[in-house]
Amino acid sequence: MTANTRAARLPAAALLLILVWLVVYPLLLVLLEGIQGPGGWTLAHVHEFVARPTEWEALRGSLIISVASVVLAALVGIPLAVLFARYDFPGRRILAGLVALPAVLPPLVGVVAFLFLYGESGFLARAVQAALGLEEPPWRLEGAPAILLVHAYSMYVYFYLLVRAALLSLDGAQLEAAASLGASRGRTLRRVVLPALRPALTGAALLTFMTALASFSAPYVFGGGYRVMTTQIVATRLNGEEALAMVETMSLTLLAVLALTLFRDADRDPARGVGKGTAPAPVRVRRTLARAGLAVLGWGLAVLLLLPHLTLGLVSLVPVGTWTVEALPPAWTLGNYATLVRDPVRLRPLLNSLALATAATSASIVIGLAAGILVVRRRAPGRRLIELLLGLPWAVPGTVFAIALATAFSVHQPAAGRWILVGTVWILPLAYLVRSLPLTSRTTLAGFRALDPSLDEAAAALGAGRWRTLTAVTLPLLRPSLVAGGTLAFVTSLGDFVTSIVLYTYDTRPISLEILSSLRQADVGVAAAYGVVLMILSGLVFAAAADRRTSAG
Amino acid sequence: MTDRFLTLEALTRRFGDHVAVNRVSLTLARGEILALLGPSGSGKTTTLRLLAGFESPDAGRVLVEGADVTGLTPAARRFGMVFQHYALFPHLDVGANVAFGLESLGVRGDELDRRVTKALALVDLAGFEHRRIAQLSGGQQQRVAVARALAPEPRVLLLDEPLSNLDPTLRERTRRELRDVIRRVGITTVLVTHEQEEAFDLGDRVAVLREGRLEQVGTPDELYGAPATPFVARFVGRASELRGRLLGRTSEGARLEVEGCVWTVPTGDSARSEIAPGAAIQILLRPEALWLAPLHPGALAATVLERRFAGASALYLVRTEAGTLLEVGGPGAAATAGDRVGLAPSRRSGGGIHLFPT
Repeated sequence: MTANTRAARLPAAALLLILVWLVVYPLLLVLLEGIQGPGGWTLAHVHEFVARPTEWEALRGSLIISVASVVLAALVGIPLAVLFARYDFPGRRILAGLVALPAVLPPLVGVVAFLFLYGESGFLARAVQAALGLEEPPWRLEGAPAILLVHAYSMYVYFYLLVRAALLSLDGAQLEAAASLGASRGRTLRRVVLPALRPALTGAALLTFMTALASFSAPYVFGGGYRVMTTQIVATRLNGEEALAMVETMSLTLLAVLALTLFRDADRDPARGVGKGTAPAPVRVRRTLARAGLAVLGWGLAVLLLLPHLTLGLVSLVPVGTWTVEALPPAWTLGNYATLVRDPVRLRPLLNSLALATAATSASIVIGLAAGILVVRRRAPGRRLIELLLGLPWAVPGTVFAIALATAFSVHQPAAGRWILVGTVWILPLAYLVRSLPLTSRTTLAGFRALDPSLDEAAAALGAGRWRTLTAVTLPLLRPSLVAGGTLAFVTSLGDFVTSIVLYTYDTRPISLEILSSLRQADVGVAAAYGVVLMILSGLVFAAAADRRTSAG
Repeated sequence: MTDRFLTLEALTRRFGDHVAVNRVSLTLARGEILALLGPSGSGKTTTLRLLAGFESPDAGRVLVEGADVTGLTPAARRFGMVFQHYALFPHLDVGANVAFGLESLGVRGDELDRRVTKALALVDLAGFEHRRIAQLSGGQQQRVAVARALAPEPRVLLLDEPLSNLDPTLRERTRRELRDVIRRVGITTVLVTHEQEEAFDLGDRVAVLREGRLEQVGTPDELYGAPATPFVARFVGRASELRGRLLGRTSEGARLEVEGCVWTVPTGDSARSEIAPGAAIQILLRPEALWLAPLHPGALAATVLERRFAGASALYLVRTEAGTLLEVGGPGAAATAGDRVGLAPSRRSGGGIHLFPT
């Protein structure tokens, strides 16, 4: 243990304490509440959980949805990745970026966009209804198929991004070597390409599975009678069955941890790439017809994938009550946006979300920085635990954390580290902070690891103290990582729905809840306008971040 | 040595069970250049980091002009350091990099500009203030690193493998320039290298380290001519190894028995008094210490395996009857592969044969 490491003991202990309090303690309290009754310890709630068929139905539903989402997302994402990584056609570059867009948009916005496009009173249903002269809408967007459609539509991006990156980092020389050794195309694919893609495939599958398992917006809006655990927990809690909700929360956590462990084992891959190669050049399609065909395919897919979001834009321009049975809206106006800005009551959620996201992101970056210094630079004792705790909120579904925080901070027991925060302005930023810890810490830690430690030493040798080294050398060099992590955290907090619906108060209501209540009041145009504002804000933040990154390089 | 400017006193540094630096003591005079030479893992870089203050020793002290600096932070020591990969700040331009240490000292305004200009002129980079680091070649980056380290006028300059990052073709020229700059400034310098040529060329004295211990410290001539240990003999210059026995000492030198032959070798350091006559010995031979002749009585019979051409002379790889492999120097046409030859101590060599107890 170096002197550096020793001196880091105290700050590391402080950081661990904060993380345990924020991340582990609330989950632990959920567990305790689940096995406690008025008369002390009891397994009554667990028995009740096991005995109810609806609980098993919800667990099974979550599992089925998650597995099916992985399959569907792979079916959309992998061909798309191959198309954009291997073939060259007009517009390839722009489209390659555009089709990644759904990943950066808040899930609720995607769900609402879907509703407007494919829902029973959506754009498409009306067109079909009008074309066939039907009395009733031709379909209802409901249940498992609806959830899966939304999931496939948004989660393909994981497969698309990871597989495309893996394809682009393939060593072209390896393919040529396989060909020169007499391997057929099929054998090359099986023995060379697929093994190289395996880490990307398992990674994308894990991301999709965890996201689908934690998904709340789609089942909440489209689920109908179909039970999944995330919505079940919120419903049970609304019914006043607190203890049962705790058991449900634990069951969902266990499912998530189990999935994570299984995937971890599958990902132990000894055949990681050795050395860097040059990516094989994209196949330049020469025949004009094939080229045109690919371009049409690429553009067609991109439009299809982005159509819901375009629909959202369209709906946001329709005045209240004017669009009833027509296939296309009869009137266009910016009135919905005007309502949003002029009416202080409706503007409030927008300002709330911005303030909450800013507060949570700032705190999250500070914690990420502290962790980077302690874990990477000082190699503080307990650094593995710090890193584990920072990553944990990623593995635990948002609903679980929302319930856990609601449980932990609804009691006044300062001695036990519990205060009444539920119902105050503090609970939402705290929840957003916990949820964004994995995002900022991952990029910050990676940034610190990529930073040559001798830069710090050089500053020290040149007489700079800790503070000057941090502000003049470390922070400027970490800026790209901080911006990347901060952007993700900010956009995630800005569009958060899953924790907000459990923890919000009227005064802190965020955009997502305003969208929901506008929908409930059939104020469709304003809901869409909020969705568009959220999309644009997210997009602007990302664009600004990308701009800063390039100008910093 | 008259003045002791920098003293390392029994420095020890452990990493767990591994002793990286083991009681290393060294003294440098003002303005002296010392090269720490050793293979990787010998503790030379750790020694340098102990000097810089990036590591603290488990035992021992570092003194500058008699004052203990062991407990001081790197910043407080006022030592300049050039890092192996230079560690230039990529987000600052050349001028800001060089100014960094001066700003720590509170130098501002015109004085700052003047001293940055001066430091850059010293390394022949006048006018490079506003270049970005990424725009510089490897050699230029190395010179900026030197200018940055020297600008605050440190008491000691530390260099960690200063040339290892350069193209081989650039290395020799840069080495010469580096030596000139250090001499001109007259700064006391410690440099780390694993290349013997670099150590000999740059260092007034060279300290050879092995597994954390100091094997020998001396001028290049002393190390080559009188290696203190078989390790130094092998690590500094070329050396082959034979086993034998010391028969006795005469006025002409030491009499050795080597694989059935009796050789008389000139006395030098080879007549080590601690080796008793009759004792088994390890003999380390420089290529020039042996004479390659046609097979004759009294010579050690060997077969030439390979001839490596080196201009006017050649290096012969030979195998003795007992199977020992030796490198022997000789004229370019002395033998060809497959020849049977006789080996004997070269008459003109005053040394090149070093005896060690086994």
